[in-house]
Amino acid sequence: MINIFEVHETNKMIEQENLDVRTITLGISLLDCIDADLDVVCEKVYTKITTLAKDLVKTGEDISLEYGIPIVNKRISITPAALVGGAACKSPEDFVQIARTLDRAAKEVGVNFLGGYSALVAKGMTKADELLIRSIPEALSVTERVCSSVNVGSTKTGINMDAVRLMGDIVHETAERTADQDSLGCAKLVVFCNAPDDNPFMAGAFHGVTEADAVINVGVSGPGVVKYALEQVRGADFEQLCETIKKTAFKITRVGQLVAQEASRRLGIPFGIIDLSLAPTPAVGDSVAEILQEIGLESVGAPGTTAALALLNDQVKKGGVMASSYVGGLSGAFIPVSEDQGMIQAVNAGSLTLEKLEAMTCVCSVGLDMIAIPGDTASTTIAGIIADEMAIGMVNQKTTAVRLIPVIGKDVGEVVEFGGLLGYAPIMPVNRFSCEGFVNRGGRIPAPIHSFKN
Amino acid sequence: MKKAIITVVGKDTVGIIARVCTYLADNQINILDISQTILDGLFNMMMITDISGTGKTMGEITEELDRLGDEIGVVIRCQLEDIFTKMHRI
Repeated sequence: MINIFEVHETNKMIEQENLDVRTITLGISLLDCIDADLDVVCEKVYTKITTLAKDLVKTGEDISLEYGIPIVNKRISITPAALVGGAACKSPEDFVQIARTLDRAAKEVGVNFLGGYSALVAKGMTKADELLIRSIPEALSVTERVCSSVNVGSTKTGINMDAVRLMGDIVHETAERTADQDSLGCAKLVVFCNAPDDNPFMAGAFHGVTEADAVINVGVSGPGVVKYALEQVRGADFEQLCETIKKTAFKITRVGQLVAQEASRRLGIPFGIIDLSLAPTPAVGDSVAEILQEIGLESVGAPGTTAALALLNDQVKKGGVMASSYVGGLSGAFIPVSEDQGMIQAVNAGSLTLEKLEAMTCVCSVGLDMIAIPGDTASTTIAGIIADEMAIGMVNQKTTAVRLIPVIGKDVGEVVEFGGLLGYAPIMPVNRFSCEGFVNRGGRIPAPIHSFKN
Repeated sequence: MKKAIITVVGKDTVGIIARVCTYLADNQINILDISQTILDGLFNMMMITDISGTGKTMGEITEELDRLGDEIGVVIRCQLEDIFTKMHRI
């Protein structure tokens, strides 16, 4: 039987160490909403989402209350909109109409974000893909809860450099369109390499075409719990350090697994995966950077940071896979800048640079995330940064992503405030040398040699 | 059997157990096990209970115990047992 110390430990994790389930994300296939008439598509999309997700928020709140564990977000991911709207949309404006419909549906069911305003163009763009991509700046400026992502590369297919170049422009235009909100639109736009079909985390969530009609995916969190556990083993060797992270990750993930199974049972929708991620928030004590510092760094970005992060990421996975039957999504440590108090402090202290962040993305999940850069950064430079990050993902057979925010009208040394879970960020300097000749070449970068495994 | 764990944390005072037990008895909640100790300098009590006989929902029980806790000056929580067994048992 469970004892008082175990109960105390769990409740302390929840109350003092910010343990929570970060998101229950309901993936919905919209493939059956395809029609040649745009109004019909919009109506079908709205009806399907508001029918399937009508109890999502209430179910999440009930589970949270009954188990005493906060479930921070209830969200929806959908089939990439370029596929859903392809037959009906003849212009970017047509796609924007779908975005507005998605926003209305999200508001109706009470979810805070809906992801999947997406295009998968790793090898090439269809006409519809291109129209959707060109509609992103307007779509993100006229909607509140819609999140967009574009997959521009994969280990199997290489990198679609035409799409990379285009995304440089799109990120910039999105920033300009939302300049009055400190370019907030870019916080809802991710560029991926090797994007997973079952990621529950925003802004990059979408419901892949290989998925079932509807599925429940859950993202766990808990950087504060890992940090606290590591405080108890200060000065211990790596073996003990790794054991501690693994055990903690196991416990965190078990809670996610429980919540996922309960949500699946109550909603009558199959359980997909648990995403084992350490996702920080701007709250003090909920930071991945603080874990790295607890491991022994004076400030994130110091020599040793990449090794410490590699170790952390690997141990989180090793502990987590034992705790859940199905693991997927991004699974690893997130290193967003604006959403992590320790990262923000490291940038302010001058220890963390864009280049070091890029190195860190080689060994952890995702990539350059929530990084504010000067608003006058050239779109070719943004495309160059995207290309670098995509190459890391392609060669290392892992997911990488870029979510940069060129803050219009602001420059290095200034701070941008996004509010809520998105946090605030000091604007970071970008290498000023041009890569125009490189990104303007056009075409594709071929897949790496080690992708030919058949 | 549907088990819930009730925890009481706060400054020790006369009648905490009596008042919590009275509430549970009034609502047909059976106590299977009680343990108590001092943790981090605070009075800690844990009860393993069977809530299958009560007519109330978990939401109502949680809210009423929360109110009772406010009256006594302690924090009372009621959570389904699974969260603890899942976390601490393989």
